[in-house]
Amino acid sequence: MDFANVKEVTYRVRRFDPDKDTAPHWEEYRIPYAPGMTVLDGLWLVKELHAPTLAWRSSCRMGVCGSCGMLINGSPRLGCNTQISELASTTVAVGPLPNFNIIKDLVPDLMPMLETHRQLLPFIVRDDHEEMEKPSGEFWQSPEELEHYLQFSYCIKCGCCMAACPTYATDPVYSGPMPLAQAHRYNSDSRDNGFAHRRQVLEGERGPWRCHFAGECSRVCPKGVDPAKAIQLMKRELVVDYFKLREQRCPARLAETPKGVVRREGIPEAPAPTVG
Amino acid sequence: MIRDAKLWTWHVLAGLVIFVFLGLHMLIMHLDDVVRIASLNPAGGHPIDWANVVARGKMIFFPITYTVLLGAALFHGLYGLKNILFELNLGDGVKRATAVVLALLGLGLFVYGTWAAFASLALARSL
Repeated sequence: MDFANVKEVTYRVRRFDPDKDTAPHWEEYRIPYAPGMTVLDGLWLVKELHAPTLAWRSSCRMGVCGSCGMLINGSPRLGCNTQISELASTTVAVGPLPNFNIIKDLVPDLMPMLETHRQLLPFIVRDDHEEMEKPSGEFWQSPEELEHYLQFSYCIKCGCCMAACPTYATDPVYSGPMPLAQAHRYNSDSRDNGFAHRRQVLEGERGPWRCHFAGECSRVCPKGVDPAKAIQLMKRELVVDYFKLREQRCPARLAETPKGVVRREGIPEAPAPTVG
Repeated sequence: MIRDAKLWTWHVLAGLVIFVFLGLHMLIMHLDDVVRIASLNPAGGHPIDWANVVARGKMIFFPITYTVLLGAALFHGLYGLKNILFELNLGDGVKRATAVVLALLGLGLFVYGTWAAFASLALARSL
């Protein structure tokens, strides 16, 4: 569709105020359109021109914070990252992310997702508690080791994958793609030694076993993360671990500062360590 | 309680066993023109000719493979069924009852099928 001559677009917005409404309903607003407008820009115009009480979450406006996940023309996307022109329609239907309770209008309650995420220890777990509490340096990691988890670390926890997952939609026990992919991200990190802790949850019914591999999570991810792949890799890792074949990994050691070397001329000083 | 990681692993392994034994079934019964295994169809002709059926029935190899295939198929199928039923958001009590019923059903069918496989061996050897 050619948007060159489009002057106005229609926003169909799913509204719900728990203080007034018993069920969500749709409302329509006409707003002026200008080239380059994102769905989020349009929502601001709707709020300014028609519906001052309209509620949604947003912050960075550049696809980084993960706040503005919403259902746009039937697909979970980031409002700030979606050009109206790419929807190929002058009607923009915006609703809250499915599979979550609605707090108000376009604001989903992400707490169940974040609570599951927290339970899967989404951080580096190591036995050297003193180093973790009072870091004295940086852990050594090769570029190859970084590749094992790098793409999964791009996740911004927007919840789009959870909204697209058919298993999460129907099975309240299933942890969902985001927490599972993040558990895999840390299990795959050479600095981490928390596999045994995460396994307590992952090898049970809240683990990856109920994933039907529909792949919708990976299709809708606005950051190009592939949670479906992480879940399959996690299954493989847990099966290998069941057969006691998982490689026992010593978490990465502290990187030592090179000694007895002289900097060549013209090579700038490395930036100061971020810790220590 | 057996955790899902173990059950899922066995589920996959059972699928592999089914794949191998169904492949064997295809080789013996349907692809005999392509891959002729003379010892399993000793009378020549078609695999379901009476003489071939009786000859295979006398071999201990078949009741053993039937039993392994039966166990694998029952576990694979019933575990899959259990997962489908569990995704209906059953209550904890119903889940437990479903798991017990399916386990007993599988065990019962396995015992009955094993008996039938070895009874057929005895029958064939008496002919």
